Amino acid sequence: MPKIIVEVMPKEVLLDPAGKSVMNALHRKGHSASKKSDITAVRIGKRIELHFDREITDKDLADAREIGESFLSNGVIEDVVKISSEN
Amino acid sequence: MKIGVVTFPGTLDDRDAARAVRLAGGEAVSLWHADTNLHKVDAVVLPGGFSYGDYLRCGAIAAQAPVMESIIKAANGGLPVLGICNGFQVLVESHLLPGGLIRNEHQHFICRDQKLIVESNTTAWTNEFELNQEITIPLKNGEGGYIATDETLKRLEGEGLITFRYKEVNPNGSMNDIAGLRNERGNVVGLMPHPEHAVEPGFGPDTTVAMRSGVDGLKFFTSVINSLVNA
Repeated sequence: MPKIIVEVMPKEVLLDPAGKSVMNALHRKGHSASKKSDITAVRIGKRIELHFDREITDKDLADAREIGESFLSNGVIEDVVKISSEN
Repeated sequence: MKIGVVTFPGTLDDRDAARAVRLAGGEAVSLWHADTNLHKVDAVVLPGGFSYGDYLRCGAIAAQAPVMESIIKAANGGLPVLGICNGFQVLVESHLLPGGLIRNEHQHFICRDQKLIVESNTTAWTNEFELNQEITIPLKNGEGGYIATDETLKRLEGEGLITFRYKEVNPNGSMNDIAGLRNERGNVVGLMPHPEHAVEPGFGPDTTVAMRSGVDGLKFFTSVINSLVNA
């Protein structure tokens, strides 16, 4: 199915409590990578898919960016980090 | 005086807000999220709760509801609007107030009687308070950390738009201890604490006089009625 994928992440400067909790759990579990402290942070964002029943156009991608920046994310706390499509 | 109280799917405190309106001497009118008709109300309260399950971001989906189209337009024309807790989040997501609200710094939901300082008493919702008056209002939220860009914070401070500041304890990591804001015109006010839970003796926060006797929240509602009468 053709789709546009909008990826939203909390801003780098902000604490991401969900990511921090996951990292703490990873460390508790003694995952091999985390044992060696290779994983220094976990950050959790959102992947939002917009589905279409036709081929995706450049206009759709431009619309998706507008929707992504005006509604799917809040520029004060989040960034749209990537917009991609799959046909 | 007809004061509308909006109900979104997931709103919790609409009944309490309507009761506060009545105790202040106003007539409470229920407004429905899917209805753009404001039924000729003189002011609007956006109450607390978890509209749309806090999906996407707190208040983000409610900000797109049909009733908000009418409220945003009316607020820009001067209609008094008070956003409480989730209602404050809706105002921020509607761009009627600047900034954003994020998860509490300590990551816990908090519920406490919170001391506030009233830093602006020239709004439709705070004109019965003294400037710098200390009031106690119940606070209950998980995502009440106020943030804004340095530029916005400077403007809020410079133009006197910070309406309430947390006193003694900053319960959620809000920048500059911000508990509530107003717009330039003073008709739109939003805050995280819940004034509608401090309107009736026996059910409010504790005071030095007696347990649960705090009614500081009632002045929000008498203020707006006062501003409408004198308008």
